[in-house]
Amino acid sequence: MIMFLIRKILWATATLAVASVLVFATLEIIPGDPAQVMLGINATDEAIAALRQDLGLNKPVLERYFSWIFGMLQGDFGNSYTYSVPVNELVADRITISLPLALLSLLLSTVIAIPLGLYSASRRGSLADTSIMALSQVGIAIPNFWLALLLVYFLAIWLQLVPAGGFPGWDAGFVVALKSLLLPTISLALPQAAILSRITRSALLETLGEDYIRTARAKGLSTGATIWKHGMRNAMIPVLTILGLQFAYLLAGTIIIENVFYLPGLGRLVFQAISLRDLIVVESVVMMLVATIIVINLIVDLAYLWVDPRLRHRSA
Amino acid sequence: MLDIDGLNLSIGDTPILKDINLSIEPGQILGIVGESGSGKSMTALSAMQLLPEGSKTSGSVHFNQHQLLDADDTLMQDLRGDDIAMIFQEPMTALNPVHTIGDQIAEGIMLHDRAERRDAMARTIGLMERVGLPVSRFPLTRYPHELSGGQRQRVMIAMACAQHPELLIADEPTTALDVTLQAQILQLLRSLVEEQNMGLILISHDLAVVAEMTDQLVVMRNGEIVDQGPTGSILRAKKHAYTAQLAEASSHIPERSQPPVLSELATEAGLAPLICGRQLIRDYPTKRSNLFTPAKPFRAVDGVDVTVYPGQTMGLVGESGCGKSTLARMLLALDPPTSGSIRFNDLELTTATVDELQAARRNIQVVFQDPFSSFNPRHKVERLVAEPLYLEPGLSVAEKQNRVVAALEEVGLQASALSKYPHQFSGGQRQRLAIARALITRPALIIADEPVSALDVSIRAQVLDLLTELRERLGLAYIFISHDLSVVKALCDEVLVMDTGRIVEHGNASDIFDNPQSAAAKMLVEATPDLERALQNRPSGSR
Repeated sequence: MIMFLIRKILWATATLAVASVLVFATLEIIPGDPAQVMLGINATDEAIAALRQDLGLNKPVLERYFSWIFGMLQGDFGNSYTYSVPVNELVADRITISLPLALLSLLLSTVIAIPLGLYSASRRGSLADTSIMALSQVGIAIPNFWLALLLVYFLAIWLQLVPAGGFPGWDAGFVVALKSLLLPTISLALPQAAILSRITRSALLETLGEDYIRTARAKGLSTGATIWKHGMRNAMIPVLTILGLQFAYLLAGTIIIENVFYLPGLGRLVFQAISLRDLIVVESVVMMLVATIIVINLIVDLAYLWVDPRLRHRSA
Repeated sequence: MLDIDGLNLSIGDTPILKDINLSIEPGQILGIVGESGSGKSMTALSAMQLLPEGSKTSGSVHFNQHQLLDADDTLMQDLRGDDIAMIFQEPMTALNPVHTIGDQIAEGIMLHDRAERRDAMARTIGLMERVGLPVSRFPLTRYPHELSGGQRQRVMIAMACAQHPELLIADEPTTALDVTLQAQILQLLRSLVEEQNMGLILISHDLAVVAEMTDQLVVMRNGEIVDQGPTGSILRAKKHAYTAQLAEASSHIPERSQPPVLSELATEAGLAPLICGRQLIRDYPTKRSNLFTPAKPFRAVDGVDVTVYPGQTMGLVGESGCGKSTLARMLLALDPPTSGSIRFNDLELTTATVDELQAARRNIQVVFQDPFSSFNPRHKVERLVAEPLYLEPGLSVAEKQNRVVAALEEVGLQASALSKYPHQFSGGQRQRLAIARALITRPALIIADEPVSALDVSIRAQVLDLLTELRERLGLAYIFISHDLSVVKALCDEVLVMDTGRIVEHGNASDIFDNPQSAAAKMLVEATPDLERALQNRPSGSR
């Protein structure tokens, strides 16, 4: 177990190092001078040169790379060119929206998908199963921004139950803030739930065909108890894999939904930083995301071990 | 106790069972024999009411006073595992991999007796001791993957017998195990039947096993009972043609027109060996127990000498895990020996270059055990059988096709098979395909790893005949790996007996079977079920 963790951490470090080189190199190569973009097209060459000097863009590449890396190791992610505030603060500000949004969406999608998937699998071929699977097909096909627009139209504009967009901040009160996250959460969660329910169903169906399920029935367990005690845990591996991927996506891949609802989240921050050539912000946020995803993967790996003792054996 | 009367079963529109009538009393052992697809397992599953979805049944299945065919779920759940229990064929997959063995055995006790977990665990300890898994060596916290196949089957038996069922159904309980484990498991079942006065239904494809074990016998074919009665008289009289056919097939010895090739005579005649392994050793790395001591390697093959002459059939027998397959892999040059030498004709395989090996491989081919999983299901026969021809570069498409057709004809298949997929063939035909694939490079040596142990007895007899005929016609040498001594006896000139990585006995096939010298050979011979011996040993005048 300890060996497993050490190995995983070494891998994570190596992955981070490679990712940092890739991120840095990519942004070095793409065209567009941050100084030029910040000063606008009418800026004089002297002004641009002065700003480049200010921003440290004239230093050699390696020096800039290592000062970036060592800064990050000390928790200093540098200052944003455009906002002129530390990247730390920017991210800390945005994460208070993105993280709750991701967690809520994940929770909602899990709460919907897993029971539906299990129910579908246990009633395979029934009307309920067919309907759930048809619905999930629709859920996968619908783009989430369109779902978002529908939700805004019905729940915000028509019924006026929740705000149509924007985020008042957690200072405005927990319930008020939560209310403004409700529609984005639903629009993110439903398509994810559609995928997850199908995965759950097929994983459980596969498990239910195994010999040990027949053994459990031969012991006298009811269908329900068999699924609960012998089917569920064995079906969890693919479900956990998808959950890990979905969380990573929900944390940063939500630019469209954040735009639809005017939410100042991480996705929007990265999007704006890219268009403004705010390289420091892009690099730092991407690195943080890479780190987060590595941590999520580690958690998923540990969850595998918890679920399946055979893997414990192999990784011991 | 159990009385099946006029049972018919169909799944969808396919009739599976037709007019099954059988019954069993407490303390009795009823055998059901038949080949795959004969409906043995379905008959058993109908007593458990665990038939596949879409099954339609008629007739009656009475257990004590209950009519099981229209019993509701609650009644069946009370009966299953409590009064009727079942042991399945595949110990590797029949246990849930994510729960400990203790939990899995205790589960039924807690369910049926509403026992506290602590009491259930205490009883589980007793059950484990009874099936030969003392908890001092096999703690209840073990997971199935930490046990061997035989140990897992013991866990299954403990689980099934936990509630002292009145009826135990064992569906091919030992088919996946080697003969010594089979003998132990059968002995365990027999003593449990006596202790608990259980009824036991033993389903098997092996006549010798049922002849040793059962009081009453049912012979099934294509979903029907073709013969039934007291085991001794059924198997002695062989009144029914199919019973006679099964009995013949299960002790089938292929006819040979040529004398056996014996090493002694070959040496005297100055014949050069075809393949010759000397002092072969193969170590596998093991996991280190802690960071600081280096891991001690596991020695799978330990100083083995093996010599096979052209045209000779050499049997290689031993319990599972004795190193047979590792030795075979080394002879096939798939796995380099840790030390030792292998000469094939004049080539030293251990130091040969890639090109030299390629030429040698044309002459050494292999046939594996499982005809179902050793073919890519998405390729057609033409491609599958032609696969080894990559060893002979420069053949045109037409030449390749001719070679495939010729190989198919050698094994008794038609050229029309070329464009079919593996699933369109029966198990026996697939094993013919596997042999055709091995023959296509016109090898001098075929290494066959348990080539008939996954086949039904009548198909096994055909494949043995085919192998014998090919040997005589093409002058092939075989290394025939098996744990089934009766097959080795039927086919081989000489036999090597392996035990924990070493060759412990080498001699003529008949000598070893009639007069085994080493402990390992004695144990194998004794554990191998034999129809004639079993019938002789049945008390005369008994059923």
